[in-house]
Amino acid sequence: MISWRNPGLWPLLAIIAAVGIYPILANSDASREVIFTMLLSIALASSLNIILGYTGYVSFGHIVFFGLGGYTGLYLLSAWRSPLWLALLAGGLASGLLAFLLGKAILRLRGGYFALVTIGVNEAVRAFIVNFAPFGGPVGISLNFRIYKEYGGAGQALWLVYYLLLGLTLLAVVLSYLVKNSKFGLGLFAIRENEDAAEVMGVVTPNAKTWAYVLSAIIPGIVGVLFYFKNGNIEPGDAFRLNFSIELLVMVMLGGFGTVSGPILGAAGYQRLRGLLLTTPVLKDFQLVVAGVLLLIIILFIPAGAVGWLRQRFPRLRKALP
Amino acid sequence: MELLKFLIDGLLLGFVYGVAAMGLSLIWGVMNVINLAHGPLISLGGFGVYLLFTGLGINPYLALMITALLGLLFGVAIYWVAIHRVINAPHLSTLLATFSVNMIIIGLGTALFSTTPRNVAYDLGSLTFGSITVPLARLIAALASLVVAAALYLFLYRTTPGKYVRAVANNRSAAELMGIHSNRVLALSFGLGVMLAAIAGGLIATIFPFTILSGSAYELKSFVIGVLGGLGNPLGALAGGLVLGMMEGVIPAYLPVTWVPVIEFLMFVLILLFRPTGLFGGKQ
Repeated sequence: MISWRNPGLWPLLAIIAAVGIYPILANSDASREVIFTMLLSIALASSLNIILGYTGYVSFGHIVFFGLGGYTGLYLLSAWRSPLWLALLAGGLASGLLAFLLGKAILRLRGGYFALVTIGVNEAVRAFIVNFAPFGGPVGISLNFRIYKEYGGAGQALWLVYYLLLGLTLLAVVLSYLVKNSKFGLGLFAIRENEDAAEVMGVVTPNAKTWAYVLSAIIPGIVGVLFYFKNGNIEPGDAFRLNFSIELLVMVMLGGFGTVSGPILGAAGYQRLRGLLLTTPVLKDFQLVVAGVLLLIIILFIPAGAVGWLRQRFPRLRKALP
Repeated sequence: MELLKFLIDGLLLGFVYGVAAMGLSLIWGVMNVINLAHGPLISLGGFGVYLLFTGLGINPYLALMITALLGLLFGVAIYWVAIHRVINAPHLSTLLATFSVNMIIIGLGTALFSTTPRNVAYDLGSLTFGSITVPLARLIAALASLVVAAALYLFLYRTTPGKYVRAVANNRSAAELMGIHSNRVLALSFGLGVMLAAIAGGLIATIFPFTILSGSAYELKSFVIGVLGGLGNPLGALAGGLVLGMMEGVIPAYLPVTWVPVIEFLMFVLILLFRPTGLFGGKQ
């Protein structure tokens, strides 16, 4: 089933790796920051796509995994002085565990109800952390600057975070490809098309859905630790921003949901567009308006997203665009 | 005695929350659409009253009626532009379509009005009953909410267009077979939902300062209330609003006020899990 020689996967990985290596070769801090945001979005959008695009469940509050991972990691780093690798591992585990526990319960709900409950979970976790003293309550957690010394100073730590993110992004893409081309993935697609029929055909839907949810939560958890380690501090309002969650949905939709390359293209395109809008003086104030109008046009007229549209239009590209 | 005062304050506000949630619940019930533009539309209602009052010197409560009418028309327009094409598409499409409306309104609103808080400076003073003082603006807001809820009830259950709305909510294709133009009914329903949001926003503007962004807090409250009252059951939403208002009044007497949202959203998740039709019965 899984073909490592699929013509689509390798160019995709090569492009991401090439873009990712560029700032390293150029040794440019500015381009590193730009590419960092892009890679972050790709990793998150590709992960979200597993539950959203493959399984057809609209996880609206997906940012909860990013935020929870970040909190777990920063807590370990600051309170226990744990090494970074342990914090990363713990962040991924915490998010995966939350998804697992939530999965069985909330994945029973279909359609709009599921979307609503994920918003509720995100808001509940945020409100809880505001009151949770070990995580710093409303102030959040700030890392002591000395922590970066262990990684060769702040400047060196930024590069370390960047390498790790590049690796994780590639991992997220490979994971998304593997899931899509496995028997498990076929089960997910069956659930997306018709859950009752999938169950009749022998897909154990509650388990499949829960594992899809867990898989889509782990990488956001690890990426959350990286992001907030780089940031130096984490606050509840910032870590569980619903708007960021929705931006991720937009990226997946822009590129084409249910495809491997769609979220990548969507994430890169969205961040590029945002950058352009923010730096163009005429459009700066209307950044959100332009983005909204574009999104609306895409939803109304190209619901399959860029990659989906290309695949429908040029069937020959299907192999090249997984 | 303190507790009674908090309870009354919360209850009065609960009526207004209820109106906002009624809009959301109506749209969900009739169209199966979760309106993510609800928050900014609530804010726009506030701005409608604010601009008519400070710009043209119109009495805020008259301005509220004008705003309501504008809201109805705006809602119908949003339906035809943004939702009509995707009404039969999967949930993700309508969610993102309404979210793009949200982005457009917030973007334009921030550019036009900035995010400095505004308030409708129209002080009515307050009434005193024994040892309890109630701001008159809150009392009027609660009464106005009751009138709006009663009007919605009469519209849905005593008029022919209301019957059409209920028929489409119940079974769209069957309603079409009976000769109802379902598109017009959907447009009307969305317009009504937006109108209710605008009214709630206008009433909130007479009580609290607001910005274009402050509506999203009320949108989240509307979700909680809508679920509490049963999604798709607009009148249950009013009852849900009262429950939430009461909770917001009473809980701070026992726990730090920051625990209120924890309890609200926990309740929201639990109700969705164990009783998705809400406490007061919703659409199946």
